[in-house]
Amino acid sequence: MGMLEAILLTIATASTPLLIAAVGELVVERSGVLNLGVEGMMVMGAVTGFGVALSTGSPWLGVLAAILVGALFSLLFGFLTLTLVTNQVATGLALTLLGLGFSGMLGVGFVGLPGERLPNLSIPVLSDLPLVGKLVFGQDPIFYLSIILTAGVAWFLFRTRAGLTLRSIGDNHGSAHALGINVIGIRYLSVMFGGACAGLAGAHLSLVYTPQWVENMTAGRGWIALALVVFASWRPWRVLAGAYLFGAISIAQLHIQAIDLDDLAFLPGPLYWIAGLVKSVPSQFLSSLPYLATVIVLVLISRNKRLTMMNTPASLGRPFVPDR
Amino acid sequence: MKKLMLALATTAAVFSLAVSAQAQEKLKACWVYVGPVGDFGYSYQHDQGRLQVEKALGDKVETKFLENVAEGPDAERAFERLAREGCKIIFGTSFGFMDAELKVASKFPDTKFEHATGFKKSDNMAIYNARFYEGRYVLGQIAAKMSKSGTAGYIVSFPIPEVVMGINSFMLGAQSINPNFKAKIVWVNSWFDPGKEADAAKALFDQGADIIVQHTDSTAALQVAEERGLKGFGQSSDMIKFAPKAQLTSLVDDWGPYYISRVQALLDGKWTSTDTWAGIKDGAVQLAPFTNMPDDVKAMAEATTKKIADGWNPFTGPVAKQDGSEWLKDGQVAPDGELLGMNFYVKGVDDKLPQ
Repeated sequence: MGMLEAILLTIATASTPLLIAAVGELVVERSGVLNLGVEGMMVMGAVTGFGVALSTGSPWLGVLAAILVGALFSLLFGFLTLTLVTNQVATGLALTLLGLGFSGMLGVGFVGLPGERLPNLSIPVLSDLPLVGKLVFGQDPIFYLSIILTAGVAWFLFRTRAGLTLRSIGDNHGSAHALGINVIGIRYLSVMFGGACAGLAGAHLSLVYTPQWVENMTAGRGWIALALVVFASWRPWRVLAGAYLFGAISIAQLHIQAIDLDDLAFLPGPLYWIAGLVKSVPSQFLSSLPYLATVIVLVLISRNKRLTMMNTPASLGRPFVPDR
Repeated sequence: MKKLMLALATTAAVFSLAVSAQAQEKLKACWVYVGPVGDFGYSYQHDQGRLQVEKALGDKVETKFLENVAEGPDAERAFERLAREGCKIIFGTSFGFMDAELKVASKFPDTKFEHATGFKKSDNMAIYNARFYEGRYVLGQIAAKMSKSGTAGYIVSFPIPEVVMGINSFMLGAQSINPNFKAKIVWVNSWFDPGKEADAAKALFDQGADIIVQHTDSTAALQVAEERGLKGFGQSSDMIKFAPKAQLTSLVDDWGPYYISRVQALLDGKWTSTDTWAGIKDGAVQLAPFTNMPDDVKAMAEATTKKIADGWNPFTGPVAKQDGSEWLKDGQVAPDGELLGMNFYVKGVDDKLPQ
């Protein structure tokens, strides 16, 4: 069963950055702001995390710096869209482009240097338990953080008064404003939370997933996180399910490619036949499977129009200028 | 008013003369890269070549590069811009620039163009490539010697001839040591996605491979090997710093000598449109120091490298295709044209080539 455990560990590592970035963006969108700059904030987090960890020797400081830079970088987006009321879509795209370019410039000196890796949790006895040991007690700290973060956001949004206020702004900023709620202030906070999460996700990439810095190392993960938020119909636990489904399918397709049919000879006839069929599918198609699965789930979800409407923040992406 | 105009025009003329005189002092050599120079892989190595040109020719040249240029029609603008800016020689470093570069080359007959890894040539567009497959044969031999499970994991990008050629050469090398050697092949359908490359390496190791080979650009796979205490080969650059205990050797591209010779030829007025396919012999393909292996394996690897440098071609018969039919007769050497269009596997490769 060592192999199953190894596969599950790989899936957890692949899913964690998606989950963190998506949970952050979920809060932003719940407050009615659409920030398409996730990829840019993430890559800024990655370069900061790597650089700080390398120069101080402490990956923990790297993580902290990444969170901080992610939040600061998103503040730029916040100032433009909330205070100057620029177009959110265009500003978000600009943030992504800026992040990709700027991180490349900052990271010139880090290329080709091996970095620090955030050590995995290791608890005597518990981490060595068969099957569950590594999975539950032996992963990287950011993995645990991602689960706590999801639970925290779910609790905050749906079990607290502050969460209700945030959601009300996302649903109707005009009414919220009329009730005396500080719409702009709260949106600033949620945008910064989203930025901090994206920064943390970036730090996971450059300090845990693949401890190195290379330009564009996020390779589109910020966009997947954005899609996951819609996929999850703005619900935190569904984001977790979506991130892990995405991770699982992308890892499974690699395993399908690598597996030798002769090793599966023990399977009963029909199962063996199915395995052979799956194996004969071209790899390009397998690579697109995670995206295809996303589309299928989106279609299934949108079948129920009423439910979709109920979950979608009604003011999402709409500019807000307080009445004078 | 007229006087003022005249004065202005004269100043402008003098100024432009001064500028063009200054421009003529230095030869402008330009590069177009498909990726960022910070990828520590393919584009990085081309840029190292550019820096070697600056170092070797010093004051005689001025260099410039454009990075992250998309393949296809977009590339045309990049090449045209460089040609208009007065670049005298332009190197296009990716396969997908081929048609765009050729088109621009026909518009600027006085500018010299060079295209890497393609097959279309004209009077002012030369082509160049490196015989990476030569190095991959050596990797195959080392893998077969070092692997305990008799299985290597091979991470690949896209099914183009260059990549297929590499897989075949690797397998021929491995089979020359262990006829039953296996390679598990995983296509990640990307040249550059560190996370995906790491995932592929983990999947391959989980399935029993104990040595990793890659035809993708990042160091991620090798880092996984290092973490697991297994072995692997680097790609494009020497990646020993990332995997001091795991890297056996690395297939290093060194474009510098070629670039220097071409720019020098242009300076001397001796540039002609050539077709260069340089290998280990010319130093374009290098193997990083053999590390983490016993002395006998190292000696074998060195001997094979020397044999290839002396002119032996890894694609020398008898070689059978995957289905068992004969490809090369005993002693027959594969013609370059057939290698450059390679779209089939040799015997023993356990994978279906995506078409």
